[in-house]
Amino acid sequence: MTMTAQANPSQTNTPLYRSRQRRNVITMTLAYAATAFGLIWLALILGVLFYEGFSGLSLAVFTEMTPPPGSAGGLLNPIMGSLVMTVIAVAIGTPLGMLAGTYMAEYGRYDKLSSVVRFINDILLSAPSIVIGLFVYEIMVAQMGHFSGWAGAVSLAVIVVPVVVRTTEDMLTLVPDTLREAAASIGLPRSLMIVKVAYRAARAGMITGVLLAVARISGETAPLLFTALNNQFWSTDLNAPVSSLPVVIFQFALSPYKDWQSLAWTGALIITLTVLTLSIIARALASQRKSS
Amino acid sequence: MNSVASFTVPTVTHAQKSAEGLAEKISVQSLDFFYGDNRALKNINVSLYKGHVTAFIGPSGCGKSTLLRILNRMYDLYPNQRASGQVLLDGEDILSPHQDINLLRAKVGMVFQKPTPFPMTIYENIAFGIRLYEKLPKSELDGRVQHALQRAALWNEVKDKLGANGLSLSGGQQQRLCIARTVAVRPEVILFDEPCSALDPISTAKIEELIDELKDDYTIAIVTHNMQQAARVSDFTAFMYLGELIEYGETTKIFTTPNDRRTQDYITGRFG
Repeated sequence: MTMTAQANPSQTNTPLYRSRQRRNVITMTLAYAATAFGLIWLALILGVLFYEGFSGLSLAVFTEMTPPPGSAGGLLNPIMGSLVMTVIAVAIGTPLGMLAGTYMAEYGRYDKLSSVVRFINDILLSAPSIVIGLFVYEIMVAQMGHFSGWAGAVSLAVIVVPVVVRTTEDMLTLVPDTLREAAASIGLPRSLMIVKVAYRAARAGMITGVLLAVARISGETAPLLFTALNNQFWSTDLNAPVSSLPVVIFQFALSPYKDWQSLAWTGALIITLTVLTLSIIARALASQRKSS
Repeated sequence: MNSVASFTVPTVTHAQKSAEGLAEKISVQSLDFFYGDNRALKNINVSLYKGHVTAFIGPSGCGKSTLLRILNRMYDLYPNQRASGQVLLDGEDILSPHQDINLLRAKVGMVFQKPTPFPMTIYENIAFGIRLYEKLPKSELDGRVQHALQRAALWNEVKDKLGANGLSLSGGQQQRLCIARTVAVRPEVILFDEPCSALDPISTAKIEELIDELKDDYTIAIVTHNMQQAARVSDFTAFMYLGELIEYGETTKIFTTPNDRRTQDYITGRFG
């Protein structure tokens, strides 16, 4: 802007200047158009989801079980199932991921093993979740002879691990070496330095990683289809098939029954809002880390 | 900066003459240091005396920080770095593989170029180090924290906000907090690695004053790029160049009548 204001008129009239201005307009238009194109679909998806989801939302959704077609009901058992399996998955995956990430960023920073683990972790990070479902099906469901909530939680944990490994390593790498040296300079052993100083400095980022992992698994359907399957009734037995929101959405949305379809929309809304909330918390924590 | 005469140098008796009156705390003997295959220090011989400040000066990359980081074996944190020769602390070789490194670092504290408070409260920054070595009742711990902060001339500024995050302090205060943290562990030697290069002149003056007060109780080594600072705070000065110790002696002598041509050129600002 200041450029055009101050520019000599004899320079702004040249063909070179005008062609540059034209190119600028074209590039800007393309960039805006691309952004708008992407945002429109997101807005449409969210719009339909909110409209359909909210119209089916009621107290019954949170207090009643999934109904047979034609009768009234709610989503209590899949909500509980998803909640329980997510908690177990995070409980299994977070310590594993944090320990591995800690090894890579602290103890094994200069080891070849770290690069190998990092490479494999990246593969795991982008592995199709259906493959993970099949894997857990083979090692747990096929061995035990039946679908189970445990198998579902384990398959979700396999998805949690690489996310947590990655964020833990990244966040610890961001902790400046000067802080490690300062900790060492008062005679702090490395293990204490990691737990008391490095973890503390990287805390916000590491929590963000766990939240992102939760957001990631709360929408996963494929691994659960092969492991936890589904359950129409209330069940707290993790050795039996357990219901979950994504699988219920999958089943209900594909059904020909109007009330099932409506419940599927509501379930989708619940997941979306949960993920949205987690993402906002994660972002808030991340920005807090930068400012501190 | 251009003339030697512009330095205000405290008058001290000559080290060479009164060397028998000095207690040797650290003795570095034929020390070599390698970053991988790169020999960064070449046959260094130098002594640090109890109750005195020794300054290490020299152009960037001359090895003065490297030398300092050997004295508490900070280099051990990184791979492919090794030292050979002897560094005797009270007669014991700290380079020996049997040396307990954490114990060594408790005895030989370090203050860094950039202030590095831990991400915790002011109180915890100090108490943390103390708790590593001693189990004290709360009241006694409070006293130790207060004493350390007083030694670092920070107590009056922070006594009403000990629960505030250490990172909320100004740069100069953070650096004094780091000095307090170091002092709290009750070291015998304190290494200062360019402690003022990130600070403004007022904070710098405070740190220098502090070093002067601390030297009665500790053996102090300071690496600095600022030659007036070396002249102001130190009793002995070592000039290093390209990994070698060119000249070492009493600060007055080094800054007025250096023996080596290179020392003279450096302190008069002709290079470096």
